[in-house]
Amino acid sequence: MLDSNDLKVRKWFNRLMLGLCATGAGLAILFVCLMLGYIVVHGLSFLNLDFITHTAVPLGQTGGGMRNEIIGTIILVGLGSLIAVPLGMMTGIFLSEFGNPMAASAVRFAADILAGVPSIVVGVFAYAIIVRPMHSYSAFSAGVALAIIMIPVVARTTEESMRLVPNSLREAALALGITRWRSVVSVVIPGAITGIATGIMLGVARIAGETAPLIFTAFGNFFGYDGLGKPIGALPLQIYRYAISPYKDWQQQAWSAAFLLAILVLIISLVVRWLSRKRQT
Amino acid sequence: MSSPHILPYRNPKGRTMIRSRTRGSLRLGDIAFSRLTLIGSLIVIAILVNILVILFIQAWPSIQQFGVSFFGSAAWDPVKEQFGALPAIFGTLLSSLLALLLAVPISIGAAIFLTEVAPVWLRNVASFVIEMLAAIPSIIVGLWGLFVLVPFVRSPIEKWLGTAFGALPFFQGNQLGFGFLAAGIILALMIIPIITAMSRDVLRAVPQAQREAMLALGATRWETIRKAVLPYGRSGLVGAVILGLGRALGETMAVAMVIGNAYRITPSLFSTGSTVASKMANEFGESSGLQLSSLIELALILFLITLLINVIARLLVWRMAAVKVVRD
Amino acid sequence: MHEEDEMDTITQPSENKNPEPRIASSQDILVAENLHAYYGSFLAVKDVNIGIKPRSITAIIGPSGCGKSTLIRCFNRMHEVVHGARVTGKILLDGDDIYAPGIDPVGIRCRIGMVFQKPNPFPTMSVMDNVVAGRRLFSVWSKRSEMEEIAERCLRQAALWDEVKDKLKQCGASLSGGQQQRLCIARALAVEPEVILMDEPCSALDPVATLKIEDLMRNLARDYTIIIVTHNMQQAGRVSDMTAFMLMGDDRAGTLVEYGRTDQIFTNPKDKRTEDYISGRFG
Repeated sequence: MLDSNDLKVRKWFNRLMLGLCATGAGLAILFVCLMLGYIVVHGLSFLNLDFITHTAVPLGQTGGGMRNEIIGTIILVGLGSLIAVPLGMMTGIFLSEFGNPMAASAVRFAADILAGVPSIVVGVFAYAIIVRPMHSYSAFSAGVALAIIMIPVVARTTEESMRLVPNSLREAALALGITRWRSVVSVVIPGAITGIATGIMLGVARIAGETAPLIFTAFGNFFGYDGLGKPIGALPLQIYRYAISPYKDWQQQAWSAAFLLAILVLIISLVVRWLSRKRQT
Repeated sequence: MSSPHILPYRNPKGRTMIRSRTRGSLRLGDIAFSRLTLIGSLIVIAILVNILVILFIQAWPSIQQFGVSFFGSAAWDPVKEQFGALPAIFGTLLSSLLALLLAVPISIGAAIFLTEVAPVWLRNVASFVIEMLAAIPSIIVGLWGLFVLVPFVRSPIEKWLGTAFGALPFFQGNQLGFGFLAAGIILALMIIPIITAMSRDVLRAVPQAQREAMLALGATRWETIRKAVLPYGRSGLVGAVILGLGRALGETMAVAMVIGNAYRITPSLFSTGSTVASKMANEFGESSGLQLSSLIELALILFLITLLINVIARLLVWRMAAVKVVRD
Repeated sequence: MHEEDEMDTITQPSENKNPEPRIASSQDILVAENLHAYYGSFLAVKDVNIGIKPRSITAIIGPSGCGKSTLIRCFNRMHEVVHGARVTGKILLDGDDIYAPGIDPVGIRCRIGMVFQKPNPFPTMSVMDNVVAGRRLFSVWSKRSEMEEIAERCLRQAALWDEVKDKLKQCGASLSGGQQQRLCIARALAVEPEVILMDEPCSALDPVATLKIEDLMRNLARDYTIIIVTHNMQQAGRVSDMTAFMLMGDDRAGTLVEYGRTDQIFTNPKDKRTEDYISGRFG
């Protein structure tokens, strides 16, 4: 055993550094709790049934709710999913079942890049190709923007889930004389359906909370849903507008809306987690 | 030995299965379906390419007008039609860098804690909680930032920093709470979960043999982590950090709500400013003509920067995966 | 119990006849007393009592699953690195129990080094840095020249110097399998241990590399105590002075069946199970 071993110092330093790491984790957890705590406290205290059932009231009056915006979010998320789920699944199926390695890498790469595009850029894009030519903000343009954000999520999880389906299932189907495409649709996809469903849910959770693209596409509408070609309000957008306003009443409503949105997103995340865990066992 | 007379197989419905016919219809359905999926995939690529093209086209008036000086100019005057991107780019870089400075130690520390230090029961719970942070939409983080963080930054944080380090230009100026410091903090909060989650995966992938080799030499846990685990996962960790950076650069709502939306370049962290994303979010509604075109040029710049960052991050993560395969 | 009688036979010191090796004597450098090793609630190694002579090569042989690797990992407290793994009993290094409360495994592992089955040099370090990786930890600041000296000395001891002296800056993982394993041996030597544990060090190597390492072991045994786990009986016969034979019992726990001088174990085993194993009837 060598004398030049500063064992005591090393042990002390070890404890220090590991303690710092624990502090880092503790800080991260602390912030989550702080954030969620404030949302629950502020949001719940102003939340009442009126909030959900009433529409917004003109400036100057107190009260009112966000019924239109809640409906707006549902419509936009539905529209976005309607476009993104088929396209995303097609891409995922291509990557998993049909793509040759080179083409698949290119598509996968593009999907990953698309996933990293800031949502505000997607909003500007939707503005440029739909809002501008139509000369009007519209629910449709917002749906397209949200779909673009959602597609990579759905594509990636679809591909991964389908990859997890064992090859033996595919071979069994083919051996029965089922055509290739039929086997994918009737055997592989049902085998991967949990994973695909979680992917769709993750996408929904993501786009339900998106605000930036909506600024350039949906714009908001005091009167609620007015047709797909007209502006529409949504929860995140309204939170933004109310939060930066100088009116206490509106700010309180922003907290309540944030609470609703957070509950929605967290419930979806929990369901996704639960489903994933079951899959692994 | 007599050769048995082989009859064509007749399935119960009385139809003869003739191979060639079946194979023909197999072909058609398969081809159609695979083409369909190909179309979906091509649309993805088309969207990406189109974003680039459309942004470029719509930003063209501004590009044509200002050229390279767009990057050097600090002006933003709708009346005189003079626009420059420098303060926006500066704000984006400053807030993102500050966010990295705060987030990276916390994230990597947390990742180390979750993979190496924490007892097993704590690992999943803690990871779950940190991932919750990632699920919170940025508008809600911005709301919290606006009403909770900003007052807290104003006092005590900026107060303390101003009195303790006021000699440095970073900590001078009006203490409003809004500004680069708050933006940096809020961005850090948003990227911590991403960096932590990715780093955790990277560290978990380091083979146990490496740790055991170091431990068997008489290393403490920290020494094992620092000398065997972290270097092995080096490129993956860098990839995680860069991915976090990419997220920070593009973050809009949370930043827009706390940064104060002034348009200037200053070393003071207390000062209000703008980022590329926050500028776009704030002014898009009322802009038109050249101003709109300049805002779209900002969007194009943001797109290209995040594109570059994401490509670099992916390559780094791929490299680590490839290296791992070679070494095993 | 039958097997205990056999063990007692081995432990009786016989004064004037050929000196039988004792299970434990005061001259032994490493002694295990009533050693049990658990993975959670599963008992993997049961009641091992063994004394290792200094500057000898002791081989631990036995069929797969008999607990050889678990046993050897108890000696340098690597067994407890696995979650839920624990040890009861004592292991005395020069008379002091390494499992006494308050003893830090880190200090133990500097005195008892280990070479693993699959060579595991650090891929992010050069050959030279690999050798001194453990040594460098000793002090906050290490002089470069001192490290270089130590690296050369250990590489020579590991019979690797001539092959890598021009490649010192190259990545540690760029060497061949046999060279990597000798690099790991050099790395273990740099810490200046008293005992070197080797867990099937040649099983991942080709026969030529294996022979090189066996030669190396014989040289090292002049200065170090070596304990080697091997599933290769011929290797044990070639290389070791003492051999311990382990077997998995009906309760799936590994026990030490017989321990004695290698030539005696292989030519005249006392336990029938040992004889069956040696003659290839099982395992």
